[in-house]
Amino acid sequence: MIRVQSEDFDLGVELKTLTEGNKAIGGLCSFVGLVRDMADNENISAMTLEHYPGMTEKALTKIEAEANERWDLDGTLIIHRYGRLEPGDQIVLVAAASAHREAAFEACHFLIDWLKTKAPFWKLEDTQSGGKWVDARDSDEAATRRWLNPKSEPDAAE
Amino acid sequence: MKVLYFAWVRETTGKSEEDIAKPDGVSTVRDLVEFLKRRNSAYRQAFADDKMVRVAVNQEYVDLQHVISDDDEVAFFPPVTGG
Repeated sequence: MIRVQSEDFDLGVELKTLTEGNKAIGGLCSFVGLVRDMADNENISAMTLEHYPGMTEKALTKIEAEANERWDLDGTLIIHRYGRLEPGDQIVLVAAASAHREAAFEACHFLIDWLKTKAPFWKLEDTQSGGKWVDARDSDEAATRRWLNPKSEPDAAE
Repeated sequence: MKVLYFAWVRETTGKSEEDIAKPDGVSTVRDLVEFLKRRNSAYRQAFADDKMVRVAVNQEYVDLQHVISDDDEVAFFPPVTGG
């Protein structure tokens, strides 16, 4: 399930909905990305997320499908906000549920790493010296290389 | 063709979107970029560095060699920074 929205989300409510009724789930992993108040040694007062309506949904759906192909999952969720956010605000939630923890941990990590270089969002920071577009990071690109060789199924004996 | 611009590419060209009839002699994305750069200095500035602009056609990532058609939606934007 993927959602692109301006509204905030409640982690507890979302995770409960994700696992509702599926008693085969043994492990649930989640990651929340938040707006920090500092970037490159400058205070930021706000961050505006621009996105490409239509393509963002397509890209996130693909990322989710990729995770489900690589791991045996019982549920996945991506919620990504857009619009004006302030330090401390939640930006993104990714979650993965599986019978065993290894798949849940790995898929969750994969979802955020993959999203960071493939989902069409752009961040504009409100800094002390004016509006500044965030540059894509080499470290984010490097993080995706961790996932280049599809993982085999987690050990059933877990 | 509908051409969309996002983030600083949008700020530099001064447009978020425009409709362009596919010009004669333009067959790839690279051709389209060269065509746009010939328009004015704002476009030349936006496309000054190939490595800093990504392209999607009909909402799928493509490279500069991709062949475009008249009813395509072409989007130009910086490397993404979501998450």
